[in-house]
Amino acid sequence: MAAKTLTIDGKQVSAEEGATILEVATDAGIKLPTLCHLDGVYDVGACRLCLVEVAGIGKLLPACTTKISEGMDVKTDSERLRKYRRMTLELLFAERNHVCAVCVANGHCELQTLAYSQGMDHVRYDYSTPKWSVDATHRLFGMDHNRCILCARCVRVCWHIEGAGTKNVSGRGAKATIISDLNQPWGDSETCTACGKCVMSCPTGALFYQGSTVSEMERDRTKLEFIVNAREKKQWLP
Amino acid sequence: MSKRIVIDPVTRIEGHAKISIFMDDAGNVSDAIFHVVEFRGFEKFCEGRPYSEMPGITPRICGICPVSHLLASAKAGDAIMAVSIPPAADKLRRLMNLGQIVQSHALSFFHLSAPDFLMGWDTPQAQRNVFGLIAANADLARAGIRLRQFGQEVIEILGGKKIHPAWAVPGGVRSPLTEAGRDKIRAWLPETFATTQVAFDLFKKTLTTHQREVQIFGNFPSLFMGLVAPDGTWEHHGGKLRFTDSSGSIIADQLDPQKYYEFIGESVQNSSYLKSPYYLPLGFPDGMYRVGPLARLNVCEQMGVPKADAELKNFKQMGRGAVTSSFLYHYARLIEILASLEYIERYLDDPDLLSGNLRADAGINNLRGVGVSEAPRGTLFHDYTVDANGLLRKVNLIVATGQNNLAMNQTVAQIARHYVHGNDIPEPMLNRIEHGIRCYDPCLSCSTHAVGQMPLLVRLIAPDGTVLNEMARG
Repeated sequence: MAAKTLTIDGKQVSAEEGATILEVATDAGIKLPTLCHLDGVYDVGACRLCLVEVAGIGKLLPACTTKISEGMDVKTDSERLRKYRRMTLELLFAERNHVCAVCVANGHCELQTLAYSQGMDHVRYDYSTPKWSVDATHRLFGMDHNRCILCARCVRVCWHIEGAGTKNVSGRGAKATIISDLNQPWGDSETCTACGKCVMSCPTGALFYQGSTVSEMERDRTKLEFIVNAREKKQWLP
Repeated sequence: MSKRIVIDPVTRIEGHAKISIFMDDAGNVSDAIFHVVEFRGFEKFCEGRPYSEMPGITPRICGICPVSHLLASAKAGDAIMAVSIPPAADKLRRLMNLGQIVQSHALSFFHLSAPDFLMGWDTPQAQRNVFGLIAANADLARAGIRLRQFGQEVIEILGGKKIHPAWAVPGGVRSPLTEAGRDKIRAWLPETFATTQVAFDLFKKTLTTHQREVQIFGNFPSLFMGLVAPDGTWEHHGGKLRFTDSSGSIIADQLDPQKYYEFIGESVQNSSYLKSPYYLPLGFPDGMYRVGPLARLNVCEQMGVPKADAELKNFKQMGRGAVTSSFLYHYARLIEILASLEYIERYLDDPDLLSGNLRADAGINNLRGVGVSEAPRGTLFHDYTVDANGLLRKVNLIVATGQNNLAMNQTVAQIARHYVHGNDIPEPMLNRIEHGIRCYDPCLSCSTHAVGQMPLLVRLIAPDGTVLNEMARG
C-alpha cells in the first residue's frame, strides 16, 4: 500500500494509505478529543468531537472517519475548533439528563472528563430534561437512557466483537434510542449472552452493573482491544 | 380585631422559613405556625431511579446532615435486599454516624446558639452571630469550630469526603477504616473531650441565668420518640422505637421501625411544605411527639458510656418524669456529643473496623424497605417501594424537623404569649422566638445561607389580608 505524506499541526507525518486522520495523529503523539471512538471497533463519526480543519475545505471534518490524502494540511487545534467542541459538549449535556454528582460513572466518565478538559464551565442551552426510563430488567446489567449520548459503542461491540447483535439504535434524532433485540426489555432478550462488553464500552453511566452506586462504575476497556487483537492478529499479549 | 404577625425569614437555622403569629380580638396570642416555604420534591423525582443509587441521591437533600440520609438510605436498601450486613460494616456505619452527631451538634451549639448565650438575646443582630462570637471569645469559637471539624474528619476518613460521601451502600459500606485514619482520630480525641467540657461549663452557667427561658421556651407536655437498644440504652443507628410521655412513662416500646406506618401518621397542612407526623393511636394533633436529642435522652435509660451517663443523671433531674423544656435540647446535644466521643474512642480499639468483609450481595428480595437512623435532629425514615427490578415506585421520607413541626408551633406560641400583648411587636420577642426555633436546630434543607445575615420581616396582617403594621431589620 502506498504511503501518504501530510502535515498535522505543522508536523510532517507519513502513513499508509487508508489510515484515518485520527490514527495518524494518535501515532504522531497528537491527542484529539474523542467520545464515540473506541479502540477495537470501527469508527462511525457520531460524536463530532474529533473535528479538525483541513486546508482548502471549508467544513470541519471528523478525524476518525476521514482518510488521509497526499499533501493534506490538518489543524487539530484552533479557536474555531475549541468553540465547536465546547458547543458539542454543551449540547450533549443539554440533550438528556446528565447529573454527574449522583451518577454511577462520576469520576470515571469520558463525557465528564472531556467537559473538564475542553473548559466547559457551564451549559448555555436550556436543558431539555426529557423523560427517559431505566431498563433494569437484565439480571446483571442496567441501561439508563438518561445518560446515553448515542455514541453506539455498545452496538458496535455487541455486533462486531461479541457477534450477538442484541443492541441496536432505533428512531431518529433526539428521539433515537438504544434498544435490545426488537425493542423489548433487555432481560427478555434471547440474543444477549450477558458478556458485558457493552457495559465495558460505555463512555458514560448509561450502562452499568446492577447495584452500582455513585462513582462505582470503573471500566477496563483494554479488555476489548485484547480480544480483538487475539482474534484478528493472534496476539494474546495484554 | 384579630391579626397575624409574620416573621420572615427566620435566621440562623438550616434553611428558609417564616413564622405567623395569630392574635385574638383581645390582642393576645392565639396560635402560631412555623411555615417551611421551600419545596424540594425529592420524593417525586427519585421515582424511577434504581434503589442502589438512593444513598447517592438522598444525601443531596442536606449539606449539614448528608450522612443521616446516606445511612437511612443504605439501610432501606439492606431491607430491599433482605440482607444482614457484615458486622464490621454496621460498626463502620455507626462510627460515621457518631462523627455526624458530633459535627452537627457542635455546629448547632457553637456556631448557631452560643452567640445568644454568650452575648444575650438583646445584643444587635449584626453582632449576635458566629463572627461576634469570635470577637467576644476567640478561644471558644476556635475550639467549637475545631470540634465540628473533628466530626467532619471522622466522616472524611471513612467516606473519602466531608460532605456527600457515597460510602454506605445497600448491603454494607465500600471501604474500611485505615490504620492511619484510626490513629488520626485517636490523636485528636483528647482535645474534643476538653472542648466538650468547656461547652458544658458555658451551658450550665447559662442555665443559672436563663431559668425563665427553661420555663417558656417550649416547655409543655408531649410524647417523645427515639430509637433504643433492647435494654433501653441510647441508640443512634440500630435498635427499635420507643415512645414515652411527659411523665416519663413508656407508652410503646420496641416498635419495629420497618412498620412505622402502623403507629405514625402524617398530616399535611396547607400552610407549609413540611408534613406533620403524629403518633397514630392518639390522633392528630394530640399525638404530637418530639424527636432529637431531648427526646432520645428522655426515652433512653442510660447512655452506655460512663461520662455521658453521669451527665444524663443530672439531665433527668431537670424534669418531673420527662424533661419537657425544649431549651434543654441544648444540654441534650452536649450530652450526645460526649457520648459520641466516648463511643468513638471505644470503636478505635475494635479490630473489626479494619476488616475487608464489608458488603453483602443480593438481588431484590423485598418490594418495600424502610431504613431508620437517628439523625442529629431526630429519627429519620426512608421508605422505598420498588418494582421487581429495583426501580423506585414510591418514596416516603420522614425527617426529624417534620416530626418536631407541631412542637415548634407550640414553642413559638408559648414564647409569643409571654411577650406580645396588644398591637405592638416587641423587639425582644423576635429574638426569643428565633431562639425558640433554634432549640430544635431545625434543618429545613441543604440551603447554605449566610449565618445571621438575613433580614427579618415582621408583619401584622388582618384577617382580610391588610397589612396593619410592618417592621423590618437586617
